[in-house]
Amino acid sequence: MTEPLVRPKRKNPLKRTRLPLSPQGTRSRTAHGLTAAAAEGRFALQTCLDCGAVVYPPRDACPSCLSARLPFRDVANGGTLLAETTVQTSTDPYFRERMPWRVGAVKLDAGPIVVAHLHGDVVESGRVRLEFKLDRSGSAVAIALPEKDTQNMADDPHLREMTCDPKFRRVLITDGRSVVGQAMAKTFSDAGAGIVFVGLANVWKPFPGLDTLRKIERVEIIPLDITDTESVTEQAEQNGARIDIVVNTAEHVRAGGIVGRHGMTIAREEMDIRYFGLLRLAQAFGPVLRSRGADGVNSATAFVNLLSVHALMNWPEFGSYSAAEAACLSAAQCMRAELRPGGVKVVNVMFGPLDTEWFQTVPPPKVTPAALANAVIRALKQGVEDVFVGDVAEDVRARLAVNPKALEREMAG
Amino acid sequence: MADHVAPIDLLAFARAVSSGDVRVIDLTQTLAQEFPTIVLPPELGQCAPFRIEEVSRYDERGPAWYWNNISLGEHTGTHFDAPIHWISGKDLPENAVDTIDVRKFIAPACVIDCSKECAANPDFALTIPFVKQWEAHHGQIEPGSWVLLRTDWSKRSYPDYAGLRDDGAHTPGPEPAVVKWFVEARDVHGFGTETIGTDFGQGHHFNPPYPAHFYMHGKGRFGLQCLTNLDLLPPKGAIIIAAPLKIKQGSGSPLRVLALVAAAAK
Repeated sequence: MTEPLVRPKRKNPLKRTRLPLSPQGTRSRTAHGLTAAAAEGRFALQTCLDCGAVVYPPRDACPSCLSARLPFRDVANGGTLLAETTVQTSTDPYFRERMPWRVGAVKLDAGPIVVAHLHGDVVESGRVRLEFKLDRSGSAVAIALPEKDTQNMADDPHLREMTCDPKFRRVLITDGRSVVGQAMAKTFSDAGAGIVFVGLANVWKPFPGLDTLRKIERVEIIPLDITDTESVTEQAEQNGARIDIVVNTAEHVRAGGIVGRHGMTIAREEMDIRYFGLLRLAQAFGPVLRSRGADGVNSATAFVNLLSVHALMNWPEFGSYSAAEAACLSAAQCMRAELRPGGVKVVNVMFGPLDTEWFQTVPPPKVTPAALANAVIRALKQGVEDVFVGDVAEDVRARLAVNPKALEREMAG
Repeated sequence: MADHVAPIDLLAFARAVSSGDVRVIDLTQTLAQEFPTIVLPPELGQCAPFRIEEVSRYDERGPAWYWNNISLGEHTGTHFDAPIHWISGKDLPENAVDTIDVRKFIAPACVIDCSKECAANPDFALTIPFVKQWEAHHGQIEPGSWVLLRTDWSKRSYPDYAGLRDDGAHTPGPEPAVVKWFVEARDVHGFGTETIGTDFGQGHHFNPPYPAHFYMHGKGRFGLQCLTNLDLLPPKGAIIIAAPLKIKQGSGSPLRVLALVAAAAK
């Protein structure tokens, strides 16, 4: 059983904050097939199309039949821990700070033997689940988890290095005015977040849900208007050093295309709230998040983007909205590169129409704000960085992978 | 200039401003990001709030200088409404801020104090009898005067200032009849308020809706809103300097509103 995490003591403000380090993160182009799987929380290995062999580590030719047809396919992740050892010292600065470190060889039911990090609750000869996780360098590593969930298993120090578990962490929900923001606040509170900061713009504008929001445990409402650079900067100056997870819930959903829209006002609002808002948050909170990637139990760990899946393929009925979401997706890719040195994950959570006011006329299936919030928590606990929530998002992803041109034509209706 | 009329001594006026014999009172709210702007149903176009982005501040973006880029709507903060703002004034001549005769940017003001009536009643509506009672004390409103409504609204907290409830804004303003009467019976220059708009908060239920906009602008008169310091003005005798920015075909403009008051007047 894993020793449960204890709520971290208040930080001594006079102590040096240690700089974040990363494990070695270089991978071959082929090996990034594992990164892609880990990013989505899938377990995929190369599978030979000619002889059926399942291959690990990633190779350019099948070791059994020399075929070059070796796509990554989802395979069963069950296996047995054959042998383990505990590394006591290392020349690698990242691991030196985290010694001792257990590693072991796992014989997968699917075939290969994989050298993997070990969760504290796995035992030699025991059954395990092997998972690929993105480590702090952003590359895939294998970790063997106990076959069945054990008590407090998420608190295992090795595993917690690879996840963004909100337990005891302090989160900023950037906009509490939306129902999504309110659902997010509730869900983070329930997930054990240490403080749930909830940003509110234009406090002079009342809205339904404010009283409920105030009553959520550990919620602290703070003034924050992500369209106002000064407001964002002030909040980062005041609270930036004690925020470990940022969830940008600011939204601006309006129907309408590009040609058919009348004037620029709505498009400017879309870009200001979504794209420039994201940039303001990134500039104000990014550097401090990155510098606090190794700041103890409640180190900075994630920046969560809520994105329409139509960032990937424009939905002309909400065409201008889709374009603003695409801008945010592109910015998120850049943020990933910039925050990776701190081990801070940029988690892109994509969804189709939400069950909210501005999608009133859109038929189901729709994603409820609570389902979206649960998906965010799940993603953080799992440590993934690309998440597709709901049928529409899954469908768009699948169709995009097969034939983007067909999807483009189909989205036009 | 006819030789039998003594020329006005503008230097004496400047000296009086300098010495304080003529007091200059700032009726302008500071342009700040958090100051409330008018709220319309979210599916309609919205007035942009004031925003400021630093261009440089003695740093790598400009080593020896500090400056900002700003963005805002024509109706953000303390602002001037031109007749072209409303559909009733759209076809009038010289109806936009760039074409209005500049002499109209200087005019006297009558300040109607209804701060006591508004204190406990955000739905206070100005009526003709109320104004006639004011005239009984202070004399008739002269043609060409601004009528400024003192409500002390500018002293309120932002939530109270905006007055937003489930059924919309609750802020004081004029009834339709009194606006029509101001224009037709008193030939006023324009109507100014401390609130976000010149109209009554629930003015969309009036007939016509938004009468201060409809009647004032329909007859080529002006509006001023988000004013402050009206409590420092005498009921009569202040001169208002309210010159909007010269925006091409502008419907209005944020501006600095100044009042000149003879020191003895209050």
